[in-house]
Amino acid sequence: MEPIRPTPSGAPAPEAGAPEAPDLGQLLKLSGRGDESAFARLYDAMAARVFGLAVRVVRDRAQAEEVVQESFLEIWRTSGRFDPDRGSAVAWLLTIVHRRAVDRVRSAEASSRRDTTYHDRNQPVAHDATAEAAQASLEARRVRGALASLTDAQRQAIELAYFGGYTHTEVASMLDLPVGTAKTRIRDGLIRLRDEMGVGAS
Amino acid sequence: MIEIHALSGAYAVDALDDIERAQFERHLAECAECRAEVAGLRSTAALLAETTATAPPESLRERVLADIATVRPLPPAVATGAATRRRFRLAPLAAAAALVAAVGTGVVVTQPWADDTSQTQLSAVDQVLQADDAERYTKAIDGSEATMVRSRSLNKAVLVTKNMAPPPEGKVYELWLDHEGIGMVPAGLMAQGGEQMILLEGDPATATGAGITVEPAGGSEEPTLPPVTLFAFEQA
Repeated sequence: MEPIRPTPSGAPAPEAGAPEAPDLGQLLKLSGRGDESAFARLYDAMAARVFGLAVRVVRDRAQAEEVVQESFLEIWRTSGRFDPDRGSAVAWLLTIVHRRAVDRVRSAEASSRRDTTYHDRNQPVAHDATAEAAQASLEARRVRGALASLTDAQRQAIELAYFGGYTHTEVASMLDLPVGTAKTRIRDGLIRLRDEMGVGAS
Repeated sequence: MIEIHALSGAYAVDALDDIERAQFERHLAECAECRAEVAGLRSTAALLAETTATAPPESLRERVLADIATVRPLPPAVATGAATRRRFRLAPLAAAAALVAAVGTGVVVTQPWADDTSQTQLSAVDQVLQADDAERYTKAIDGSEATMVRSRSLNKAVLVTKNMAPPPEGKVYELWLDHEGIGMVPAGLMAQGGEQMILLEGDPATATGAGITVEPAGGSEEPTLPPVTLFAFEQA
């Protein structure tokens, strides 16, 4: 898999609107009480990140839409159980989406032995489809900058795990690393990224 | 613990297999340091999604909002009192009584299973679902549905869930097989809710029933009561 592409030179300007980020934790809390308009605002704030992540992991847009739909339903149902003491709202929400996307590629793989069409569908696609559409937000640029500070091995391991949906054992094999070292690369890389980005514990 | 601690990064990006994940979650339940690290690494991983942000089709928003309008959010996970935390063995007799009670409260047997999800499943699961002697036991649980499918000839059983609530934070669902004279025997863990298909471990062919409980991450040797649901198997 290729490393994350730098922002295309002709990238669109940061999307207008949303001058102030809504308090997602608060929106989740309201959603937990059945407030559908709060949930709609939550959707609007997160949809691009959720959809982009799902597309990147499952690669098929139709399947990604299903993942998004299922994920938001799960987020709605469990919104009252979000605990801000245990992590950020964005992390909580994207963890749900990522888990579902990864489950989908892994279970699709398990059945691919008898589903030949799967292979046609899942040949690695050029990342341009999503990268081009990726918003060139300031935050995205910061993340790319921080990613560039990782070693190649760390970055590749993280990307294969997070965007590829591979297990650390599979990542080790793909990168010709001794078994057990990919998990260290992933952890070291994430810690580096965390510190570069100044992410708090929650 | 150093070895298991090193899995925090892989856990934060869902790069563990099911067994490692269960092990790590068991560790997580008792390691505050790892919990804090995982929270930070998950927040970090979430930043990666910034780089792939893509506007979804407008129709997706309508579908999502239409979906949620028909479903009630779950109540918050209320702290449970000491009484429900206490574990005790489900004695064979008590188990039998509970299973009989479960039958009394409406087990729907033989609900034909929709075929539309089968293409994404493991073949072992498919074998059970498509077995000629497959028995199906469906229970409704608070808006969700759990179906136990058992094939005596294959000596296998599969739990199929629909719209199942995720287990509370730090907890998992544990599956059990009830054997006469032995009691409830652990038959596997289910870390997630939603749509799942889980192949049970053990010997379903000779079991008199099955059950689902909520247990601490990593599972328990004995069921925590009350169970989420119980299934009574047909007897030969």
